[in-house]
Amino acid sequence: MATSADHPKDRPWLMRAYSGYASAKESNLLYRANLAKGQTGLSIAFDLPTQMAYDSDHILAKGEVGKVGVPVRDHEDMELLFDQIPIEKMNTSMTVNASTAWVIALYVAAAQKQGADISKLRGTTQNDIVKEYLSRGTYIFPPKASMRLTSEVISYTVNQIPKWNPINICSYHLQEAGATPVQETAFTLANAMGVLDAVKESGHVKKEHFPNVVGRISFFLNAGIRFIEELCKVRVFTKMWDRICEERYGVSDPKMRRFRYGVQVNSLGLTSQQPENNIARIIYEFLGVVLSKDARARSVQLPAWNEALGLPRKWDQQWSLRLQQIMAFETDLLEYDDIFAGSKVIERKENELEEEARAEIDRIQEMGGIVPVLESGYMKQQLVESNTRKLRQIESGEKVVVGVNRFEEAEPSPLTADEEGSFYVVDDSVEAEQIGILENFRLRREKEQVARALDHLREGIEKGKNIVELSIECARSGVTTGEWGKTMREIFGEYRAPTGVSLVASDIPQTGEAGKVNERVRKLNDKLGRNLKILIGKPGLDGHSNGAEQIAVKARDVGMEVVYEGIRLTPEQIAESAMQEGVHIIGLSILSGSHLDLMPEIVRNMKKRGLADIPLVVGGIIPEADMKKMYHAGVKKIYTPKDFNLNDIMNGIIDVVAQAHHVEL
Amino acid sequence: MDFNIEDVFRGEKKAVAHVLNLLEDRRPASLEQNKALIEKLSNNARPSRHVIGITGPPGVGKSSLMTHIIREYRSRGKTVGVITVDPSSQRSGGALLGDRARIVHDPNDEGVFLRSMAAGSHMGGLAWRTRHCLTVFEAVYDIIIIETVGVGQSETEIDQVAGTVAFIVQPGSGDILQFMKAGVMEIPHVLVVNKADQKALAARARNDLMVARTYSQSALEGWELQLVMTSALEGWGHKELIDVLERHNMFLSEKGILETFRRRKRIEWVIMLFRERFGAFGFEVLGGEEKVRKMIARGDINNPLERLQALEKKVFCNRLPQRAQR
Repeated sequence: MATSADHPKDRPWLMRAYSGYASAKESNLLYRANLAKGQTGLSIAFDLPTQMAYDSDHILAKGEVGKVGVPVRDHEDMELLFDQIPIEKMNTSMTVNASTAWVIALYVAAAQKQGADISKLRGTTQNDIVKEYLSRGTYIFPPKASMRLTSEVISYTVNQIPKWNPINICSYHLQEAGATPVQETAFTLANAMGVLDAVKESGHVKKEHFPNVVGRISFFLNAGIRFIEELCKVRVFTKMWDRICEERYGVSDPKMRRFRYGVQVNSLGLTSQQPENNIARIIYEFLGVVLSKDARARSVQLPAWNEALGLPRKWDQQWSLRLQQIMAFETDLLEYDDIFAGSKVIERKENELEEEARAEIDRIQEMGGIVPVLESGYMKQQLVESNTRKLRQIESGEKVVVGVNRFEEAEPSPLTADEEGSFYVVDDSVEAEQIGILENFRLRREKEQVARALDHLREGIEKGKNIVELSIECARSGVTTGEWGKTMREIFGEYRAPTGVSLVASDIPQTGEAGKVNERVRKLNDKLGRNLKILIGKPGLDGHSNGAEQIAVKARDVGMEVVYEGIRLTPEQIAESAMQEGVHIIGLSILSGSHLDLMPEIVRNMKKRGLADIPLVVGGIIPEADMKKMYHAGVKKIYTPKDFNLNDIMNGIIDVVAQAHHVEL
Repeated sequence: MDFNIEDVFRGEKKAVAHVLNLLEDRRPASLEQNKALIEKLSNNARPSRHVIGITGPPGVGKSSLMTHIIREYRSRGKTVGVITVDPSSQRSGGALLGDRARIVHDPNDEGVFLRSMAAGSHMGGLAWRTRHCLTVFEAVYDIIIIETVGVGQSETEIDQVAGTVAFIVQPGSGDILQFMKAGVMEIPHVLVVNKADQKALAARARNDLMVARTYSQSALEGWELQLVMTSALEGWGHKELIDVLERHNMFLSEKGILETFRRRKRIEWVIMLFRERFGAFGFEVLGGEEKVRKMIARGDINNPLERLQALEKKVFCNRLPQRAQR
């Protein structure tokens, strides 16, 4: 057996950190500083308005400008981002999906302006729309149109920028949304097959180049705490992908069939209770994706131990990076061949996962493939159900989470003693400043040229021309992100995906506790004369709807009538719906950190409609320091990830409504 | 909240919402107030109103289609009130009202109002309070759409409240024969194949529906069941659908069917109120459901709540002597 250290050491994986800054200028300075230190790769995170193809002054952009990344509205922003940075020599990774075609067009336009040879550009665009419908919520167009966009980015880059990784298919977000390892494997591979089929059908790539398309597909996985199972999962992924490439797409070169994947270990499972324990979780999760050489991740990004509390500081990120470096450089891991070769136990588990995953893929293919299955809501419903099951297990204690539902007693932590100062906070003035820059740009450009480029975009799309190429012309002509988005929305329509929520089967109140909550709801119903009706939704652009969905399903299961409004709601929509529906209470979920911007707007809109007496409860990542301001704005209760007991949350909602109606229960 | 009933008739959404909340209140104490409200609302029903039922199994894209329908009616200058009814869990009594999220509309538009309702313990596709809500909308909006989930025999109540019923299916569902058997096919005036962008399957569905058409009873009234293909996804077919819906409305008023229909609608409302209040026991006391229906039909039924009160008295009177006999 090849287990000794006489082999050359395996190369370590790439160690990444996700960074975003609030403006192009600031980001540029940061990039330049990192490049001076010898870094060769850049990773760009865009703010949500850019990801959704809105300008910074769009109504839905309120509170989101520069929050989770940099706003890029036009070619000048992109040029500024790469000021004094030779694009041709960079390896740039961009986290963008629904608006990929536009962002890559801006990137190419900026590169051309620098005089770069486009064919030499290197980098990655995430460009994976399926997980947006299923988990992250940052989609714009209907699935079929989205698939066309994805496929055209791929055919454009394969033909023009051969070293580009045009798509990074994500299973990461599926696991966050509740996917079991089987679902994660099956849905992700079915997604990849859908993308490849779309490229093939489009005819935009010559047949002899198709293996290159297959070879350029990469994946982005999640690693959970059950690390043996996770290890088997990545091995199954590797095996199944190899077979799909060979059998379905006739790729003969094994290198092109390699399952190339990066990983971010699960940050949703990190706890805010005894947060120092997260270091242990991060390490165990990390093991699952590096231990097996044959299925080792090519890049790994570890979350910071305190992510459940707020945005981590540089020191927190450094700690996570050191964990990786210790594994790579101090331990002997890289000196060995695959240490699981021949393990019967691992093999058995792998076979089990593979068999189930294959059955699920077959089911999806039978239903017509990824697009119709997305439209039907089937996968979304499966995920919501899995997630419901998981949360129920945590609530009942069947699934142990140390420090949360077991071993809760804790000494005061010196690490979190000074909470106020321990987080990176986005400056409030960013939004106004960014809108100013945008307005200035709009005044300076050639209006006629903009109009002409948008006309060309419209006509070209109808004629079946490549959207990236058409978009490059728009970028050069001074079209803004919002204008591009508006035109595309007019052409392809805007989509609202199935929420999956209403399809989830109702469950008998499981434990005695849920039954008691149900009784309280019924009692309250009789006193109110109408059944307790609650509006649940998400304001702002953040589309991570898992939390809101779980609350909606739970509220239904304890007997409430739930108006589930979904994602991306404006303050006005929330107030208007609450009024039209005659709800007793509103529950909002906010994760992007825009709560302080949005809450006063929502309250103002409610007052305008005479709804000041409808109580508001909020769930999300709300720092302690902000809570006071939220209560002051009129919020009645705030729930954070700490509040994992859903029955308690339901009782809280009942109490708030009873109090608002002066009813004793 | 104080409100002026005139604000309701003017379509002020705040007032409309408030009246809906009042009418949904099932406490006995609010019966008198609601009776007066229903009276006022009924007397102010818009003569030109058109009540449309849209039904079909889950997943056929009803909500997405609704987006186009609402938009099209608005562009034709009509105001629209929408009631969506979803089933309640029989175990917990809870319900997920998820349609609102998928019907895209402008919250600032004064001419559109959406209300979701849970069916509660009521069987038949509507909610206990759908008719109350409908009375409000009939006084405020030109077009009233009731969206229900229709999958079997027990959800066919829609034709008791809607003048025109459209039934939506999707291609390749293989459900059409199922519906024929279930009795749903006897109800609609318009059949819609949504997602008709799936060309081959849509053609097949169309054929199946042509066959199913022969099962339709609406032909008996002199209206031939109409078939429309739509694609909410690609955004076509809904104009034709609305043309057909309007044609059916015209047909109804020309034939003078509307008056009989509206009268029948009220009779069924009283029946429903009676069932909610007394259940099978009540019918038994008064000699059976058919007898009660006849009793209702004999009198003035402008205000169903008032009729309910009259019947209530009868139930109490009849019950006592029976007890005495024992």
